[in-house]
Amino acid sequence: MEIKGEIFRISGPVVTIQGVNTRMYDVVKIGNEGLMGEVIGIEGDKSIVQVYEETAGVRPGEPVENLGMPLSVELGPGLLKSIYDGIQRSLPILKDTMGDFIRRGVMIDGLDHEKPWEFKSSVKAGDKVSGGSVIGVVKETHNVDHKIMIPPNISGTVAEIKEGKFTVVDTICTLTNGTQIKMMHKWPVREPRPVSKKLPPNIPLITGQRILDGLFPVAKGGTAAIPGPFGSGKTVTQQQLAKWSDTEIVVYIGCGERGNEMADVLNEFPELEDPKTGRPLMERTVLIANTSNMPVAAREASVYTGITIAEYYRDMGYDVALMADSTSRWAEAMREISSRLEEMPGEEGYPAYLSARLSEFYERAGRVVSLGGLDGSITIIGAVSPPGGDFSEPVTQNTLRIVKVFWALDAKLAQKRHFPSINWLSSYSLYSKALSPWYDENVSPQWTDLRDDAMDLLQQEAELQDIVQLVGSDALPPDQQLTLEITRLIREFFLQQNAFHPIDTFCPMDKQYKLLDAIQKFSDKANAALESGVLIQDIITLKSKDELAKVRFEEDFDGSLKKVMDKMDKEFDSIKGESFADSATQEVE
Amino acid sequence: MTKEYKTITEIAGPLIFLEKTEPVGYNELVNINLPDGTTKRGQVLDTSHDIVVVQVFEGTGGLNRDCGVRFSGDTIKLPVSFDMLGRILSGSGDPLDGGPAIIPEDRLDIMGAAINPFSRMPPEDFIQTGISTIDGTNTLVRGQKLPIFSGSGLPHNEIALQIARQAKVPGSEEDFAVVFAAMGITHEEAQYFMHDFERTGALERAVVFLNLANDPAVERLITPRMALTAAEYLAYEHDMHVLVILTDITNYCEALRQMGAAREEVPGRRGYPGYMYTDLASLYERAGVIKGRKGSVTQFSILSMPGDDITHPIPDLSGYITEGQIVVSRELHMKGIYPPINVLPSLSRLMNSGIGEGHTREDHKAVSDQLYAAYAEGKDLRGLVAIVGKDALSDRDKKLLEFADMFEDRFVRQGPEEDRDIETTLSIGWELLAELPESLLVRIDNKYIEKYHPAHKK
Repeated sequence: MEIKGEIFRISGPVVTIQGVNTRMYDVVKIGNEGLMGEVIGIEGDKSIVQVYEETAGVRPGEPVENLGMPLSVELGPGLLKSIYDGIQRSLPILKDTMGDFIRRGVMIDGLDHEKPWEFKSSVKAGDKVSGGSVIGVVKETHNVDHKIMIPPNISGTVAEIKEGKFTVVDTICTLTNGTQIKMMHKWPVREPRPVSKKLPPNIPLITGQRILDGLFPVAKGGTAAIPGPFGSGKTVTQQQLAKWSDTEIVVYIGCGERGNEMADVLNEFPELEDPKTGRPLMERTVLIANTSNMPVAAREASVYTGITIAEYYRDMGYDVALMADSTSRWAEAMREISSRLEEMPGEEGYPAYLSARLSEFYERAGRVVSLGGLDGSITIIGAVSPPGGDFSEPVTQNTLRIVKVFWALDAKLAQKRHFPSINWLSSYSLYSKALSPWYDENVSPQWTDLRDDAMDLLQQEAELQDIVQLVGSDALPPDQQLTLEITRLIREFFLQQNAFHPIDTFCPMDKQYKLLDAIQKFSDKANAALESGVLIQDIITLKSKDELAKVRFEEDFDGSLKKVMDKMDKEFDSIKGESFADSATQEVE
Repeated sequence: MTKEYKTITEIAGPLIFLEKTEPVGYNELVNINLPDGTTKRGQVLDTSHDIVVVQVFEGTGGLNRDCGVRFSGDTIKLPVSFDMLGRILSGSGDPLDGGPAIIPEDRLDIMGAAINPFSRMPPEDFIQTGISTIDGTNTLVRGQKLPIFSGSGLPHNEIALQIARQAKVPGSEEDFAVVFAAMGITHEEAQYFMHDFERTGALERAVVFLNLANDPAVERLITPRMALTAAEYLAYEHDMHVLVILTDITNYCEALRQMGAAREEVPGRRGYPGYMYTDLASLYERAGVIKGRKGSVTQFSILSMPGDDITHPIPDLSGYITEGQIVVSRELHMKGIYPPINVLPSLSRLMNSGIGEGHTREDHKAVSDQLYAAYAEGKDLRGLVAIVGKDALSDRDKKLLEFADMFEDRFVRQGPEEDRDIETTLSIGWELLAELPESLLVRIDNKYIEKYHPAHKK
């Protein structure tokens, strides 16, 4: 039927068009300026379109054209180092074409179609290939080999394969059935890319953040949520994860967040150094930035654009970390569009399909064997921003039903300047059990015990604190006072971590283990000393214990830890000596 | 030459509905001619072949079906010029001061456009407000948006004025301007602001937009956008550093709710429209610094929290967009402390990039953290004292308790005309910290203690 029609009605980002044949999710060009939109509903001969750009000044009767395909992203070499808006338009290129402010009506390709890449083939004529088969490699950035794969829905026998410098739109491979393969292909963002099988989540994502790796680990291919009332350090935590987690690729979606903060990310990322390679972190990062004042429909799409790019790299066999900051803004975009569509609202005005959309999104995480037989994973870390810090609101509740890890940021802790301000009492990780074998094997056989003990002590502390609030800490028996002292060590030396300190910002597993172990050793010695009659005050005032606090900042961690532990041994010996001397004198008297 | 339509079919609250029009653009400016010869203005909210919905800024009083409606074919634009400085304009941009109309150098769309995040410069220039609780513990930087969360009966206006008077970037004598937009404030409050601007000569460097309590509520929806358009013009075309004061955001949101109800939209939390977040973002996000341009727009909005409730949708959504907040406390105000800023729930998210060596002083962050932590603990102890009495406290706790009192009395309290520079603020901080045993100063590096602690300083 017709691919051209006209505008019937405009209400903000929602435009009704008529006289054109559409399918759901087809991309259409709207009006004289050719604004980009997506069909989200069909009523009789009219279709409802959400438009990704400002609609001010657009009139009924202006022309409409259906591009006949769903919203897609371009996948191929050149994604890394890119900074996109919600519909894969490069922000630096937008800046060059329309200045410092985002104007409308500009369509640009997601990838650079002119830039030549050096392609090395890994198949030969006569090889059978199918969706996901790797046919060659492009060195995309210094440390990332971009594997060129057969698009998922294609298979056949290689008739001809080339090698050398090509652009992403040049044909590099022809199949015997005539199909031409290019380095780039398009994939609709709302459709998950197929995999051959999903694997269990039994490898942790190491983040170098003690409270995360130590107490509430997330598995590679797992899902985690960071809720947080404003001002609780959510953004810093997410940025730390992006910088330090042990994944090959990072996709960061700034969805409906602050412009200045996004500017900070966009400025900081290119300057960050990848701790493992010494190369810029951007070389393995894709940034998607859609600030709160950019069009709301593009915000809705940004999450899908991000996850599709993540899936593409997962299919090459990479571990990908995807940060979505924040899914609440994404949900609000859905709510806004839903209300413009005059749909019957669900809870708090959110559409009834909120829960389905959230779970569909989180289901796209996972550790998988790709169609090409490679192991890859996507770990999703989604931020939620519950209004008023009220976790009972729909977005948080629906998210918690899906995700397996919950890092509860706490404004109270932030006020006490305890960072990262993740509340150890209300956070949880359902992966702890599944990951224990890994920790026991790769960190230390005692790891699980140490961790469980620490958690147990922190629980006890919470109970004791209630009593202290009433009667003061001096009224507690010495062993309970000691418990409080040990948990203080756990809180201040282990859980607190300074993201801005060059050494403390990243803490390898080995160091985490040694720190926990040192606290445990102190605890054992202190308990033993207490039993042998040493006064609690003498234990609490030990110098070495306070020095333990500073060890994590030292460049020579092992050396200074040893020094402190040696000193601790001596101090314990001396206070024990004193107490024996005391009791000896008393006996003599 | 535009056609005049006499096809109004319905008038509901601030909205009029028309039919049988030629195609009309979304967001287009509309002129409505009343039978008595007056003209009102409006904006297209929804347009289709069948029906056009217009919101009328000056209210629909006196309108009937005989009114003629003309569509301007253009979105709402503000005439801007450098000569706007020193002028007082209405909430829709018309002169109120008896002066001539503004001769435009340019006409700018008041809805503005989003700054490409890639073009933004992360803000990092320290602005000295002369108020210790802001400079010391919640530092404002150029390009930031930092609202004052206040309540009815609290001196937020005085604080805003003090900031407007004193704000400067130490060591630079660059062009500075204030754009002041009043939304639904009373005549008396407006007088108070105007009087102070005149008294201090600030008016010469200011553009004032006034939408008072008795002006139509719908107009409030365009007043802040006009103000921000003027601010952007001065900042990006005339290289000025503009401080925008918007008061009161709560009245703006009420107007938004009123419009939502008139359009029979599905309401969100507490009846506010579901798009309030995006709408507020379109105001707040018009602050910033752009790479390669000299000027900047800094926003200092006043928001009165209904019932002092910080979880109310207005402060809550604002807090998600703005880069922190300054919280005015009734408790401190009752104690007679001015400015009654409670530093504990206050926050400046951009503080860390604007302080330290090269911006303020190397020990700033440490001092701020330490003051904050000690005050938080001291304040907590007040609760305990109420139960067990002061005598039951340990010496350490007693010190902290005294510290909290001294902090409020010496650091928080200052005169409305007292302009403390950052050095003064930090040395008051150190004097207070010196009252605590040194072993409690765990958040300060030893090298700063040796250099700045009054007991070590020679």
